[in-house]
Amino acid sequence: MWNDLLLILDATLRISVPFVFAAMGGIFAERSGVIDFGLEGKMLGGAFVAATVAYWTQSAWWGLLGSIGIGIIFSMIHGYASITKRGNQVVSCVAINIFAMGLTVVLANAWFGMGGKTPQLSREARFMSIELPYAEEFRDIPILGDIYYEIISGHSILVYIAFLMVPVTAWIIFKSSFGLRLRATGENPLAVDTTGISVNKTRYQALLLNGILGGMSGAYLSTAHLAFFVKDMSAGKGYIALAAMIVGKWRPYPAMFACLLFSFLFAIKDKPEVFDLLKGIVPVKLLNSFLDMSPYILTVIFLAGFVGRAVAPKAIGQPFSKEK
Amino acid sequence: MNEGHANTLVVTLVTITNLLLAFLVSGIVIWVLGEDPWFALKTMLYGAFGYDEGLGYTLYYTTNFIFTGLAFAVGFHCGLFNIGAEGQAYIGGLGVGLVCLWLENWPLWLVFPLAVLASIVLGGLWGAIPGYLKAKRGSHEVVTTIMFNFIASVVMVNLLSHVLRPPKEMSPESREFGEGVWIPQMHEIFEWFGIEITQTPLNGTFIFALICLFLVWRFIWYTRWGYELRTVGTNETAAVYAGISVSKNIIIAMVIGGGLAGFVGINEIMGSSHRLMLNFQAGIGFTGIAVSLIGRNHPLGILLAALLFGILYQGGAELSFEVQAIDRHMVVLIQGLVILFAGALENLFRPQIEQFVKRLAT
Repeated sequence: MWNDLLLILDATLRISVPFVFAAMGGIFAERSGVIDFGLEGKMLGGAFVAATVAYWTQSAWWGLLGSIGIGIIFSMIHGYASITKRGNQVVSCVAINIFAMGLTVVLANAWFGMGGKTPQLSREARFMSIELPYAEEFRDIPILGDIYYEIISGHSILVYIAFLMVPVTAWIIFKSSFGLRLRATGENPLAVDTTGISVNKTRYQALLLNGILGGMSGAYLSTAHLAFFVKDMSAGKGYIALAAMIVGKWRPYPAMFACLLFSFLFAIKDKPEVFDLLKGIVPVKLLNSFLDMSPYILTVIFLAGFVGRAVAPKAIGQPFSKEK
Repeated sequence: MNEGHANTLVVTLVTITNLLLAFLVSGIVIWVLGEDPWFALKTMLYGAFGYDEGLGYTLYYTTNFIFTGLAFAVGFHCGLFNIGAEGQAYIGGLGVGLVCLWLENWPLWLVFPLAVLASIVLGGLWGAIPGYLKAKRGSHEVVTTIMFNFIASVVMVNLLSHVLRPPKEMSPESREFGEGVWIPQMHEIFEWFGIEITQTPLNGTFIFALICLFLVWRFIWYTRWGYELRTVGTNETAAVYAGISVSKNIIIAMVIGGGLAGFVGINEIMGSSHRLMLNFQAGIGFTGIAVSLIGRNHPLGILLAALLFGILYQGGAELSFEVQAIDRHMVVLIQGLVILFAGALENLFRPQIEQFVKRLAT
């Protein structure tokens, strides 16, 4: 039982990484007043570029850089459409997501001809798990040693970076002067403008960070979690991250916990023990599909605010115009 | 030239410019892949129109896109962004399939309205839940409808592989319906009039789609309900002030949208494959967004845009067959660009075009 729990928590952590990256990225964009439903596209694009660049250069780090690049490109397109051209932000996001869906498969097929997949990456070209110091030695310590060995140690570097991003995001948003401007831009852009700070510039800066994090979420999928890119790899994870961010009320730590909760569901749904446990309650024939759809259903339930109402930044989705 | 004409001209020019921009970028992608964009264009057009079988397929795809385009447009008029036509078509199609399996010995004129009803009930339900959550709980419909697409997919995979699959078959499909409930194919309909055309999947649903276009047009612009719906979409506060229920209209718009999306099942399931199968709706729902946006959410525009995407689908299939390096997903990429340029960046060249029309008028 204890071992099962350790394994489940370990899996939860691994699964949560793309959610955490994307949710932090989403926080930056939305706190500045720009809607970001485009995390899905950035994740998908990031996953493809990371796998492709890592394969060509045989270096996971170049892959990561590539994914950041595509994330920034996508978020700048979004910024141009929604900040500069004051277009409909939701439309722009959906456009990016669908564009990414098409582009990744077209390029993957043209370059590799493997039905939308990229070639398997060698160990050097992906992020392998790293053992933290003294993991073996501490193993003998009851409980804490296990936790350290099984859960905390033995992940790829991106897992640690993702969880480091949470305090970093929290610090930038709530403690830095840039964060103050960012939040003010999302709540009351006119007031920001009267202090002589450019609303649009602040929003572009927020989107830059958003693109970096969005791209990284994809890199994790294709160069750490798996060792290749495959068509539609993100499978709605970008939207789930967005839901986690909303459930977390646009705050980094609560958003991280929401990500962990969703990941926990992904982690347990394939466990035979869970299957046995629910066998008595749900008919066996339906159980598999019930488990398969549970993360999506719970996303809907959480989003519906059955766990408390979420209040978005006030100026979200509104392009700024001085003339108003 | 009066104001109305000038406006129409501006809108038309803006739409065409945006479309050309999307094609230009797509052409660049093809060029980057080392292929010849001109050749690609010619191949696509030939594939879509060059021979009557191609034309049949083009119109067959057009039928689907009319339904999902309308599904998106109805929501859009109510201020909603329904990107769940994919799941609504899937579940609505399930309703169509179940009716056909159940009543396969009944005459078509009885089964058809029941299938339409089943599609409206199930597809509508799949739209109504996100609609309800939006109206009552404020959950954004973009996230919930996407989640419902995934849920629909899980439901269908399980139903088809465990419940509806005949025991001895391997592939996750239902059995074939009795021939009595198949919608006549276009070549059969033409035969009644003594005209011979090539056999394609194009079937009578195309006519039903045209009727739907007309009905939606009447509904949105000439009924009280349509008026209420548009009022909610244009100005929620004004709607509340006028005594119009916002929640009710959001839910109605989602039910209508879901039902319309479900009609994809009539074209695909009842009109062509004659059995329930996996992923018959794949990509059609998302295409509806581009169709509606480029058609400016108006039934006539949707008809033209659906035809355009029918051409892109059929021509794209031809192209990927001719040129191995260009995948069928090229059309998904073009969709994304069309949504970007016609939806989010619609004002990119609008000032210049307005200037141009103004100069033209004087």
